[in-house]
Amino acid sequence: MKYLALALLGLLPPLAHAAEFNRVQADRSSIAFSFSQMGVHMEGRFAKFASQLSFDPAAPSEARVTIEVDLASIDTGTPELDTEAAAQPWFNIKAFPVARFTSTAVTPGTGNRYTVAGKLSIKGKTREIVVPATFSAQGNTGTFAGRFTLRRGDFAIGEGPWSAFDIVANDVEVTFRLVALSQ
Amino acid sequence: MSARYTRTAQGLHWLMAALLIGLVALGLYMHELPLSPLKLQLYSYHKWAGVTAFLLVLARLAWRATHRPPVLPPGTSQAVRRAARLGHGLLYALMLAIPLSGWLMSSAKGFQTVWFGVLPIPDLVAKDAALGDLLRAVHEYLNLTLIVVASGHVLAALKHQFIDRAPILARMWPVRGRIAGTSLSTESHS
Repeated sequence: MKYLALALLGLLPPLAHAAEFNRVQADRSSIAFSFSQMGVHMEGRFAKFASQLSFDPAAPSEARVTIEVDLASIDTGTPELDTEAAAQPWFNIKAFPVARFTSTAVTPGTGNRYTVAGKLSIKGKTREIVVPATFSAQGNTGTFAGRFTLRRGDFAIGEGPWSAFDIVANDVEVTFRLVALSQ
Repeated sequence: MSARYTRTAQGLHWLMAALLIGLVALGLYMHELPLSPLKLQLYSYHKWAGVTAFLLVLARLAWRATHRPPVLPPGTSQAVRRAARLGHGLLYALMLAIPLSGWLMSSAKGFQTVWFGVLPIPDLVAKDAALGDLLRAVHEYLNLTLIVVASGHVLAALKHQFIDRAPILARMWPVRGRIAGTSLSTESHS
């Protein structure tokens, strides 16, 4: 009985030595986006977002991540476009100031690849998304990076005359990088 | 008929005339518009047409370098010859400088020019708001200069044709002798 209990304990994640990455370094993390406007590649980023992360490479399926993006911090590099993005047809920031991603499942793939499934909420609309990500650690610094494509039409980003996709494309590529320290 | 421009030179001349009038009118109209899909669309069309105009000017210069333009009518004064040379030189310089300034302005403002939405034209300058505003002013003043010089070009041609009674339009008019050609001025003399 005693041995069985010890054997079972051995199957559990080694809690004492868990290298859990959970202190997100905001200044080294980034969320950027790009899209096509009549064939012209356009880029931007969000300067402010808050994230909670707990990730132990030894127990990836236990991982959790939540990211809350302050949409008012959008930076397209053109002040006129930043103002436009905040307006009702786009993000409607007065009513929906935050975009939120909450993971529901993290699945390890080959090598340092992971698949992160979760819920993405923007402008009052929630969609299930699956995001491929990589994780690499150097000492006590872990970096999550990845990209995925969202369709702005799914979240009513760009209403009225902007809801057609011939000028501003439907596909928006989101690139993220989260840097976190382990305890 | 060495007194006339070649068909190619005529074709390029009138194509450029139509393109430049359209580009200037579109430029004046579109920059007043509030941000909308239409505005973005018109800006793209303007840039595509501008790149096309630039390439056509290069073709014109190449054609002109290999095909002598017809000589001016005998009796043209030295002052008029000089003014014509200066005016044409200025028009060519503007037709080169205006699309270049537009392309650089677009880059400085952070919008790459992609010809017909397919062929990306490299950004020679990095995104820079102050440079973008400067180039916008340059683009605008070059265009105002073009409007003045091109108007002078048209008025000079009309003056030679109808006041001096020199059949100058026939040199550039694609249809021989009918509207502005020699037969018209012959009739007016008889």
